[in-house]
Amino acid sequence: MKREIKTAEQTVDFRDDYPKFRPEMKKTHKILIPDMLPVHFGIIVEILRKDGWDIELLQNDTRAVIDEGLKHVHNDTCFPALCVTGQFIDALKSGKYDPEHTALMITQSGGGCRASNYIPLIRKAIKSEFPHVPVISLNFSGLEKDSGFPMTAGLMLKLAYAIFYGDTLMSLFNQCKPYELEPGASERARQECVKAVTAAFDAGKYRRYKKIVRQMLERFSAVKRSGEEKVKVGIVGEIYVKYSPLGNSHLEEFLLSEGCEPVVPALMDFVMYCAVNNVNDAKLYNKRSAATPLFSLVYRYLLHVQRKIIQITQKYGFEPLHDFEHLRRCADKVINQGVKMGEGWLIPAEMAALAETGTDNIVCAQPFGCLPNHIAGKGTIRTLKQMYEHENIVAVDYDPSATKVNQENRIKLMLSTARENLQTKSSDKDKR
Amino acid sequence: MSKYLGIDVGSTTVKVCVLSESLEILYSSYERHFARVKECVLSQLAVVKEKFGEGEFSACITGSAGLGLAERSGVAFVQEVQAAFTAIRKYYPDADAAVELGGEDAKIIFITGGTEQRMNGSCAGGTGAFIDQMATLLNLSVGEMDAMSLRAEKVYPIASRCGVFAKSDIQPLLNQGARKEDIAASIFQAVVDQTVSGLAQGRRIKGKVLFLGGPLFFLKGLRRAFCETLGLDEEHAIFPENAPCFMSIGAALYAQNVKAMPLSELDSRIRNVRASDEIVTGEPLFRSRAEYEEFVARHKASDLAFADIKTYTGDAYLGVDSGSTTTKLVLITPDCKLLYEHYQSNNGQPLDIVSERLAEIYALAGGRIRIAGAATTGYGEDLIKAAIKADFGIVETVAHFKAAVHFDPKVDFIIDIGGQDIKCFKIKNGAIDSIMLNEACSSGCGSFIQTFAKAMGMEIDEFSKLGLFASHPVELGSRCTVFMNSSVKQAQKEGASVEDISAGLSSSIVKNAIYKVIRAKTPEELGNNILVQGGTFLNDAVLRSFELETGKHVVRPGIAGLMGAFGAALYAKENIRGASAVISEEELKNFSYASRSHVCNGCTSHCNVNVIRFSDGRKFISGNKCEKGAGLQPHSDELDIYHYKYERLQQCRTGSAGRRGRVGLPLALGFYEQLPLWAGFFETCGFEVVFSEKSSRQLYFRGQHTVASDTVCYPAKLTHGHIESLLDSGVDFIFFPCESYNLDEHDSVNHYNCPVVAYYPELLKANNERLTDENFVMPYIDLNDEKTTVRALRRALARWKLPASLIRKGLKEGFARLNSYYADVRARGEFILQRAEEEGKHVIVLAGRPYHADPEINHGIGKLLTSLGVAVLSEDAVFHMGRQVLVNVLNQWTYHARLYRAAEYVTEHENADLVQLVSFGCGIDAITTDEVRAILEGKGKLYTQIKIDEINNLGVVKIRLRSMLAAVEEQKRHSDEKRD
Repeated sequence: MKREIKTAEQTVDFRDDYPKFRPEMKKTHKILIPDMLPVHFGIIVEILRKDGWDIELLQNDTRAVIDEGLKHVHNDTCFPALCVTGQFIDALKSGKYDPEHTALMITQSGGGCRASNYIPLIRKAIKSEFPHVPVISLNFSGLEKDSGFPMTAGLMLKLAYAIFYGDTLMSLFNQCKPYELEPGASERARQECVKAVTAAFDAGKYRRYKKIVRQMLERFSAVKRSGEEKVKVGIVGEIYVKYSPLGNSHLEEFLLSEGCEPVVPALMDFVMYCAVNNVNDAKLYNKRSAATPLFSLVYRYLLHVQRKIIQITQKYGFEPLHDFEHLRRCADKVINQGVKMGEGWLIPAEMAALAETGTDNIVCAQPFGCLPNHIAGKGTIRTLKQMYEHENIVAVDYDPSATKVNQENRIKLMLSTARENLQTKSSDKDKR
Repeated sequence: MSKYLGIDVGSTTVKVCVLSESLEILYSSYERHFARVKECVLSQLAVVKEKFGEGEFSACITGSAGLGLAERSGVAFVQEVQAAFTAIRKYYPDADAAVELGGEDAKIIFITGGTEQRMNGSCAGGTGAFIDQMATLLNLSVGEMDAMSLRAEKVYPIASRCGVFAKSDIQPLLNQGARKEDIAASIFQAVVDQTVSGLAQGRRIKGKVLFLGGPLFFLKGLRRAFCETLGLDEEHAIFPENAPCFMSIGAALYAQNVKAMPLSELDSRIRNVRASDEIVTGEPLFRSRAEYEEFVARHKASDLAFADIKTYTGDAYLGVDSGSTTTKLVLITPDCKLLYEHYQSNNGQPLDIVSERLAEIYALAGGRIRIAGAATTGYGEDLIKAAIKADFGIVETVAHFKAAVHFDPKVDFIIDIGGQDIKCFKIKNGAIDSIMLNEACSSGCGSFIQTFAKAMGMEIDEFSKLGLFASHPVELGSRCTVFMNSSVKQAQKEGASVEDISAGLSSSIVKNAIYKVIRAKTPEELGNNILVQGGTFLNDAVLRSFELETGKHVVRPGIAGLMGAFGAALYAKENIRGASAVISEEELKNFSYASRSHVCNGCTSHCNVNVIRFSDGRKFISGNKCEKGAGLQPHSDELDIYHYKYERLQQCRTGSAGRRGRVGLPLALGFYEQLPLWAGFFETCGFEVVFSEKSSRQLYFRGQHTVASDTVCYPAKLTHGHIESLLDSGVDFIFFPCESYNLDEHDSVNHYNCPVVAYYPELLKANNERLTDENFVMPYIDLNDEKTTVRALRRALARWKLPASLIRKGLKEGFARLNSYYADVRARGEFILQRAEEEGKHVIVLAGRPYHADPEINHGIGKLLTSLGVAVLSEDAVFHMGRQVLVNVLNQWTYHARLYRAAEYVTEHENADLVQLVSFGCGIDAITTDEVRAILEGKGKLYTQIKIDEINNLGVVKIRLRSMLAAVEEQKRHSDEKRD
């Protein structure tokens, strides 16, 4: 069923010349990465350093970051692009880095959402002021061949484990922090666990995940907690604003300060979501590539590890990560798994799974005007509310100029409903 | 015994309420705080103290601006919707829903049938502040506007999503002389529509409805509009007596759970609240008086020489610039001395102003001066030209350029910040090289400061002078005015002074212009000889901010606000041949006019046509999209491929009756290209194919209640109406496939659809209660793969048990029809090109997406272009003639890849230019526009972008297109001269 196409013979090249990232730069260049997921990226940075990369996780978080972003990125581009670009440029301008020996790195998914275009956008943004700084793409789809981060199977495995550990840490920390009796105890536990995880990587023993996860669980079990019931608030949404404090105006901290327990679904869910999409494409549209069986294999392996971690976590009485197969079944109730751009079906799947595991209150975070989230975020709320009576969702748009007051006020509205629901629930319990 | 005290600090007002122990309302008040929140609360507390003495109070604060105050004073806080809810349950237990409009917020609470509380998103206008802004625009008080609205005869469609948009709807109406009564009512209707569509989103507001908040209490017109739209009678629409301070009552009720404290302690806690250090401040504009004086002296040098109109004898030239918010007139001598100047806010009556001023000029001239030529420019160019019989009407960009060259022949960059728009031109080789205008959404323009100054109870001059010596100007960010508004509010909440805010606003406007409109990365990009103009630059604080931001000294003519008019006068002087036809003193004495509006039924557009009849019998018609409305012979659509595409597309069915049933195909999104395919498929498979009705604003309103995301693009929003239309037409089912992948045209790395086109059926199904699995079929399909497509269609249409062979046959027929559609569009394109060549016409490739062929989406821009004497092609009619391109960005969407090739085609053809149509909210075009621009500008072509949305404001589009055509003309002349 091919359409007749008159293809012109010649090709015209309108590309700007941009600095490429060459393998030998590993020795000469410092690589900066944006602050997308503080916990996970912290672990990953350590791993890469051990592999000989000079890498730094940016943590600049002032208004200047946003202002640089506003100056350098198109008005209508999504907020994450603006934050990331702003953070890079602000860092480069700080004078701390030698522009001749610095490179920037960011992940790239290659999906049908415009987020795949962050790399060219950043290149454009830095072109006039930092013409020699290469931008590296960290991806698994073979994009940006002339500036991709050299990926090996070994490194991928390490990254996968780092993400599992990061997810577990994030989840345990959030389950302890609101209830800790001694201020700072959870934070100490987290820091110690990060150290232990890093040490495991150093010693090459990072694949002993059952042991490592048990260690974490034991460490967090030692944090003394009150039994008081608190409002649990799930955070779902576009990947950047979901996790990055810069992107979501420190949403987790805000929820903690309001006396809530933030429930943040795992980053591994997103990785598995990407793998599953590849397999789904093969099923739905016969889009098979050489990599498809590999994706399927990777998915099955990750699922296996995830399920083991879930089993162990349950033994210690903590709320475990979501079983990904369960997430997929949740998705099927709300939306087709064919919705695969951006975070696609993962968002309603997580909202449904949260509701089913006792977290009715949800902040659905998205950049202002996020295209896939029109459908997968805001578009599914009505269905979800019909399915789960107590589901209490607030969709919050993040934007460089939306004021914090405005966002917080909306979240507070959601929280006041949440508190009321909690009260009714506990008084119902008392009656019984 | 303690009483309960509720304090509601909104964005514009403070409401206080005192309840007795038995929850009786003892006292309540409502006062505007003019951004002095703390002071206002304290003065209200003093009143409470006077009335009730010292004593114990349980206090609770609520409201959007009360959050910070409560946090820092340690007084209890309750979210305002929650407060309202508490009060409703106490006083109106039988209410079903409540609508509350505040200064900056709009809320809906559904009480029965599943409690739900909703607030407007961060981009939703349609609130009290919006109404204030609109009243300022009409130069009325809110009360006056309300009274006028009750005398309305008709309602115009006005966008209320954001003030900036509404302004661009209202301004042309004003300029066309529409009745203010009608506009006032339209504004209220817009607020209602916004609330219903933006907040209710699919849930109907019914039963007993409570209306709360200041605007709904004070404004009868608004009340009426709500009741009529929601179909509520007196019994079901309740406007409580204490509506304005309802939230404070709720807060007081909430205070029952709060520990009481003496009033004096409450007072001192609030008094001791310090401004936080969260606001970012910048450098002062001037360090010293001396620095300011030197600055003033430097700019004095570019003032124009004057001649005395009372003594001068001889010829003079008149220029009139009828701008969006102001009217400007100048009269100059042949040696360019200024005889007369006038600059005045329109107040919606530009025609009156011009005729009065002209009369004054004639009086002052005392018969000594002969007006030897006159030209008009600006939004009201046509109207004023007709009224005063001016010799020329010129595009404002040309007028500004003429004027700028007079002051600085070497000028290479002009920036004009006016009341409503920002215009920038780059000048190369003595011609306009590129034009940048602000988008409808990012305009941080002059009228913003003006509106703001008025809200602070000051005149604009006074307000902006305050900023000159502010010590810590606040950083307010650079984006659209609605956002800036809330940044200002935030700064105020944080305790910034009026001076600091004034300076901050000035620098915000400048930053907005440089970084958002011009999109310069560094000030060097602007140029070496910059000339600034426009009324906003008369404001020294803005001028200084501009110089500080760019690090350059710029030229600001003393008549910065009159440059358009001056340029028009210069133009008249240079181009007049023979005697001027301008209205004489005698004629002017008898001059009067009357305006009337009606709906033109000449075609399906149903334009609101405004007819102004002058006293000498001539008439002026505006608001029409085509000549029909003006009573002229309509011009031919022959050279407009958009017209052709729209008609051709719908001829893709044979109309055969179906023995299997009737299938509905919506005329929306992806169907604008795939319609022939699916029509062919279903007809072959034995179905009757029904299309949804043609798009219109009415159709949009029909589906508006199911729109889930108010920031999605208009083409997507319209789809909801098409679905309703099909449901109403009684089809057996609607077919709307989800397609992650579009057809692969081998032009790009991948061939995706945009996420909205790909998955919109999911959203439709989830948000329209009338859609079920039976009547809405949405298989996931990749048309590039036959096997899975056949499988998916078989499954989706399982009820009809279609054999695979039939499906294959259907698809074959579908593709045949699709290919013949493609072939026809291309053939038509070639025909138009040929005709253009023969007739020596310029060609404009109006590049967008297939669905931009919908006249309700493109608002007849194709027609407008042909009326300006050019031939119109579309991206899909030319891209196959362009070469393959490699671009900087990831080229992975089928429709968007066509844009790049169409642009490449244009760069190779001297008689062609490209205008890109962009739907507001299209995220992917944020990427393509820059790339298309780079392709065109790299080869010395102009880039023009037109943003379209549900609003229909062809006036602005026309100016833009005429400016572009004028620049193209100029460029052509230059290259011709060079050749000679």
